[in-house]
This record gives sequence, C-alpha cells and structure tokens, in this order.
Amino acid sequence: MTQSNTTPILSAHGLTKRYGRVTALDTCDFELYPGEILAVIGDNGAGKSSLIKALSGAVKPDAGTIKLDGQEIHFRSPLEAQDAGIATVYQTLALSPALSIVDNMFLGREIRKPGFAGKFLRALDHGAMRDFAREKLSELGLMTIQNIDQQVETLSGGQRQGVAVARAAAFGSKVIILDEPTAALGVKESRRVLELIQDVRSRGIPIILISHNMPHVFEVADRIHIHRLGRRLCVIDPKQYTMSDAVAFMTGAKEPPAEAAAA
Amino acid sequence: MSDTTPAKKGQDFEHVLDKSDRSVASFETSQRNIIERLQSALHGNPTLVPVIVLAAAVAVFGLVAGGKFFSAFNLTLIMQQVSIIGILAAAQSLIILTAGIDLSVAAIMVLMAVIAGNLAVYNGVPAPIALIVAFVGGTVAGLINGFLVTKVKLPPFISTLGTWSIFFALNLWLSGAQSIRSQDIDANAPLLKFFGQTIEMGGARITYGSILMVLVFAVLWYMLNKTAWGRHVYAVGDDKEAAELAGIRTDRTLLSVYALSGFVCAIAAWASIGRVGSISPQAFYEGNLQSITAVVIGGISLFGGRGSILGALFGALIVGVFQSGLRLAGVDVLWQVFAIGWLIIIAVAIDQWIRKASA
Repeated sequence: MTQSNTTPILSAHGLTKRYGRVTALDTCDFELYPGEILAVIGDNGAGKSSLIKALSGAVKPDAGTIKLDGQEIHFRSPLEAQDAGIATVYQTLALSPALSIVDNMFLGREIRKPGFAGKFLRALDHGAMRDFAREKLSELGLMTIQNIDQQVETLSGGQRQGVAVARAAAFGSKVIILDEPTAALGVKESRRVLELIQDVRSRGIPIILISHNMPHVFEVADRIHIHRLGRRLCVIDPKQYTMSDAVAFMTGAKEPPAEAAAA
Repeated sequence: MSDTTPAKKGQDFEHVLDKSDRSVASFETSQRNIIERLQSALHGNPTLVPVIVLAAAVAVFGLVAGGKFFSAFNLTLIMQQVSIIGILAAAQSLIILTAGIDLSVAAIMVLMAVIAGNLAVYNGVPAPIALIVAFVGGTVAGLINGFLVTKVKLPPFISTLGTWSIFFALNLWLSGAQSIRSQDIDANAPLLKFFGQTIEMGGARITYGSILMVLVFAVLWYMLNKTAWGRHVYAVGDDKEAAELAGIRTDRTLLSVYALSGFVCAIAAWASIGRVGSISPQAFYEGNLQSITAVVIGGISLFGGRGSILGALFGALIVGVFQSGLRLAGVDVLWQVFAIGWLIIIAVAIDQWIRKASA
C-alpha cells in the first residue's frame, strides 16, 4: 500500500493546538489520499476530535499547516471549510429537528426563485430544492423516506444519519469527514450507514472516518491512522494487522512496527 | 441491503441478519387513536390550537353575550383594541422563535413614540423626518439588545430586562414625565396620528392601525416562511450549535432578528399614537408582558424554533375576544385577568404535550 506516487488531497503538517495547559495536538501530521477511506482511531483524549476540528475549520490550530489539493488553507469557520469542499457530518449531525428534510439539506445554501420573486422578494424555490433533495437521497438509496417535507425529528436515527450524509455528499464536496457515524445506531442501521459510506466512496469522494467501533473500521477502511497522545503514532493497513494489534498500538501496550511508524 | 447480496458480507455476527425481517422501515399510515392523531396533527401544525381556541371563544361569547358581541362594531373594536399589542407580539414572536425573550419591546415602542413626538411637536422637525428618526432609533435599540445577546453573550432575558429599565428611564427623561397632548399633535404633526383614522362601513369601524397590524403579520409571515432568512431564524431557534455547524452565521441571523424586532416596535410606536391620541411616557407599561402572553397563547414555543408567527396574531385576538366577551357578559375585570392567566398556563401545557410527540 504505497501511495507515495499520488499526492494527498488533504494533508496537515505539524499541527499543534493547546487549550490552556492541555496540549490536544502535538505537531501532528495527517494525509488523506484521493478515493480512500481513512479511519482515524485513538483512545479517548488522544486528540482525534481536535484533529478533525482543525481540519473542518471548527478550531484554529496554534501552529502547523493544512493543505487541500496542494494549496495551503486557513479556515476561520466551518462555513469556509464547507465552501472549500470539506464537509463534516458531526456526531450530533447538526440537523434542525423541527425543520423538514429539504430545509435541512439546504440549510445555509438555499436556492432562490429566478427573476423578480427571487431577486427582490428573496422567495425560495421550494420546488427546485425538493427535486434536488429527492434526487440526492435516491442516489444514496435513501428513498425509504417517503415524504421529503417530513420534519427530521420524525425520522429514525439511521435515517437522520442518512440525511446528514446526503447533505455532505450533495454539494460537490472533495472530502467528507464522518464523526462516529455508527455510535448511536443499532446493528441493522449501522449496516445501512456502512453501505452508505461505501456508496459515497464509490462516487470518488474520499472519507475520513472517526470511530471507536473496530469491526466497522476494519471492514471499510483502506488505511488506519492511529492517534496517540496528540500525534499520529502510525498508519496501518487493516489487511496486515488485527484489531487487537490496533488496540494495542492505540493504548500503548505494544510498540508500532517501524515501517508503519510516522516519520 | 439488496436481496442479491452474497452471504459473505459484513461481519460474522451480522450473517443472521439475512434471515431477519426484510421490510424496510415504513411509516404507519393508520394511527392508533384519535388523541394520538390529534397530537401528531398539532405537532405538524401548532397554529391549529389558537385557531380552534379563537373559534370556540367567539362561538361561546356569541352565545353568552348574544348580538352585542357579534355586532360589526364590537368585532372591529376588538381588532382596534388588540392592534398595538398585536404588533408588539409580532416583534416578540421574532425573538421567541430564536429561543429568546424580549422584555423591552413596549419600552422601545414608548421611547420611539416620545422621540417622534418631541421632535415633531416641540422642535418643529417635519413629521416624516421625526418618524424616520424613530424607525432608525427602534432598529438601533433592537441592535443593542442583539449585541448584548450575541457579542456580550448575555441571556436574552437579562439583556432585555436591563434595556427595559434603561429605555424606560430615557423615555421619562426625554419626556420630562409629561404627556404630549392630543391637540398639540393635531396642530403640529397630524401625520403622527395617521393610524388612528378609520374606515366606516355600516357599524364597522376599521382603523388604519388594525389594517397595519394585519399587514405587519403578513409581511413577517412571508419573510419567515418563504425566504432563506426565515429558515435560518427557525434553525437558530431550534438548535443554535447545529445551525452554526450546518453553516449558518448564527450571530448575524440573531442580530438581524433583534434589529427587525426593534424596527417593528417603532412601527407599533407610530400606530400607538393614532390609537391613544396622545403620547404618554407611562403608557403600555404592561405591554412587554402582554406581548409575551399573546405569543405564548398563539402556540409559539418559548423553547424556540416552533410555531407560526400567525399564532401570535390569533393569540392577541384571543385575549381581545376574552376581554370583550367577559365584559359584555357583565363579568368583573378581575375575572378577565383571571381567565387570561389560565389561558397562558393551558397554552404552555399544550405546547409541552405537543413537543413530546415525535411521531
């Protein structure tokens, strides 16, 4: 699994983030290659969330650089990261429960009607948004949701996850970050979400998957980034290591193999 | 999860899933009983409650008080009486939809009425300019509340509790605690009383102020339901963090809501001069709470993000209908107040019950 011949689509070098006396990220490196699913695992407090927040624009790193498509980027807000093509599906999903599926998918990027009504009266084009949302949801095989004007709070956990993933995948994203997508789901719903993840990858969109669920990680990931004490400990190939190896590296019970250790 | 999937997929423990129920999650079409059906209908459309209450109240008072209640004169009088609190309730609804509360709406209104009156009546400023100053002033007052909420990060209750006192004190200072008399307004700036004019048709006396109230609600309804800004207001009120992560500039949305609310208070100020006739710095001291009453009875959730602004219009009308009906039925004023108290408690209890229905 040498990918040194391709350039990473998203990379970070020397990321550092401190909260008071706590160093959440300690000169951390990171690479995501086109078309892959990269899992990020690590113990609680290892700094996974801080890494993801830095990549998705939710926090500003104290030091270090982030590059997207070879261009150095400095996000000041999640919105800027989204505009640049990094969509994040947060563990909380960031959906508005009382709004409909369509409204949620278009939150912050609504389509207005053409002509006078849209330009001066700023009227929304509900029809166009509905059609687009329906198309995107069916592409991901999510049309078991029959009524697209349903309020999100009336959906099941898996369906909500589906709406959030569809929203992330719908708007020309270059990278999708999924934070614990299966944590709150049952066996069947988790399976649907894992299929959804592979669906999205088959569309050529690379995915960063943060998860504590080792079976899920080993099933879908192409590479596994193991995070420990605020930095990347190593990157392993799930086909060459077992889950217990990964857990041993992650908790410090075992030294990582020299060839996989990060420089 | 297509049926043609070979068994070698997923993990070992999941293989039994092949034998599990294959039907996809579907939504029940037939609900179990009337109560549940009602609950879910109300959940989808919370404004139904005030509409039903209003219709029932009109029917009951019509029966009790008879023709007096149903006369065109009385019905338009109710409109007239609720017009000012109605417009304030519109301003209040905007704030409450964002899960805030504004204790200063009536104080902003009275302050702006005093400013416009002082400029136009005593200082010879042309009335249109005095009114523009009041509109700008109302917007700025709203922005101050919005600034305290978004930048200083005070809870809306505290911010507006503070500005309520501040605006009230400013208004006493500017007015010298003196009312501006009706005849002085007529002589110097009749435009200020524009909304006191009436259209008479038969026994009906529709004031321009009543029409203005309906217009204010219509415009705000459009903004909240047909524009992206409106969706953002609901999203921010529903879950601010989620809205922020979804890419909404929540602070900007909140500031715009507070500014617009202040502007609507200034509209109420103009209408109030027409309604009352004079400009009194002591007027509408209970207006803040009355506007909250109308909003709450109108089924707008105090927790934000739920309810229609039209509910506040119905809420204001319900209060008006109760007061008028009870008065015509010869009931003492204290029992009118008593009834309004119950209305508030029942309205919020129903809101809680509806919110439970996530089905």
